Amino acid sequence: MSSIGTGYDLGLFFSPDGRLFQAEYAYKAVENASTCIGIKCEDGVILALEKVVTSKLLKPRVNNRIGSVDRHIGIATTGFIPDGQHIVKRARDEATSWRDNYGSPIPGTVIADRLGNYVQLFTCYSSVRPFGVMSFVATYDSEGPHLYMVEPNGVYWGYNGAAAGKGRQVARNELEKLNFSSLKMKDAVKEAARILYATHDEENNKEHEIEMTWVGVETNGIHTPVPDELLQEAEAYARRIADGEEEDIAMQE
Amino acid sequence: TTITALRYKDGVILAADSRTTMGAYIANRVTDKLTQLTDNIWCCRSGSAADTQTVADLLKYYLSMYRIQFGHDPSVHTAATLASEMCYQNKNMLSAGLIVAGYDEKTGGDVYSIPLGGSLHKQPLAIGGSGSAFIYGFCDANFRENMTQEEAVEFLKNAVALAMERDGSSGGTIRMVILNKDGMERKFFAIDTANPIPVFTH
Repeated sequence: MSSIGTGYDLGLFFSPDGRLFQAEYAYKAVENASTCIGIKCEDGVILALEKVVTSKLLKPRVNNRIGSVDRHIGIATTGFIPDGQHIVKRARDEATSWRDNYGSPIPGTVIADRLGNYVQLFTCYSSVRPFGVMSFVATYDSEGPHLYMVEPNGVYWGYNGAAAGKGRQVARNELEKLNFSSLKMKDAVKEAARILYATHDEENNKEHEIEMTWVGVETNGIHTPVPDELLQEAEAYARRIADGEEEDIAMQE
Repeated sequence: TTITALRYKDGVILAADSRTTMGAYIANRVTDKLTQLTDNIWCCRSGSAADTQTVADLLKYYLSMYRIQFGHDPSVHTAATLASEMCYQNKNMLSAGLIVAGYDEKTGGDVYSIPLGGSLHKQPLAIGGSGSAFIYGFCDANFRENMTQEEAVEFLKNAVALAMERDGSSGGTIRMVILNKDGMERKFFAIDTANPIPVFTH
């Protein structure tokens, strides 16, 4: 980063070697945020993220970071929480405007495209800063399930499995092992919990909470939180696997 | 004006008279009030010619943009919602009564009526324009769902002909568009031709 300190990172303009530093810094903001993953399976999509419980005074299970945008759309964000809330609000506006104009639910590809374009605008003007969030867009419509991840510079790709935040590398390695074309939603919930547990920092034993939502055949196409019972079952499974792996490592020694 | 559209066994049929007036003067006696919006969606126009032509042109444009942007044809429901939204948002400036009808493989044939205020009504049979007031009784008595194409054409031809005889603002010829899985077919009826307009009064 030779151009750092020469002023090219103080606004949204190109450095002589063709980089947008403010946009790159936005990625840095997300790199240290809590892990968030999305899994697109055969019959639906799962969104899952891990929240560090920063205070015992916080009420569990109410401070949500995955929002419903329409009946069939959920968006999970990781990074700057207020930025994420803004993205969700914007997505809701897009979804209702589509419904007003066309009388039908907004397709997954369209909501991802609209959000990508919106986020990109914030890399163009000196009066604003880019969004410090990765947004996971999960939808289930007449075309089937969709999962998109919108990056801070406005780029968005469609994924079978996506991960962002602190544990993204471990999570991506685990996601690559899944067979997405045959995976069912209920099994994907377990996998999502397992993957989030696998990303856990060993030394850092802070309290964690998992937030998970899904949309697909299992939910009649409606984006909704994974039921408590199923989530607890999945977390128990994840804990068993995590403990088992630890034993394996111990035996190898 | 008299405009009508109905759902029949295999799709939809739209029909209209062809009279355009400026006060008592017939400005055009062979007007085409059936306007194509997409490959498989058409609309019947009634009210101000200028207003309805403009709304239809805009609809045509938005629907073609929809296809380009989103990679699939808009559904009949989408076209009708868009039309009703335009009529509703501009209700103070417009004098436009539309009937949007079309056929697509997914939902089959659909007919939507969009009267003056911009409301949206999905109907098996829709009639509109000044002439429609004279044929409510005829339609109530004779319309059936799931008619064959021949039955439906005959029904609409008679309905529009009856309205044309009693309504001073309707007349000229009868135009039709038939939409089904085979695509589009147009029909034309006029006096002293091989396809005459039925006569009821004596």
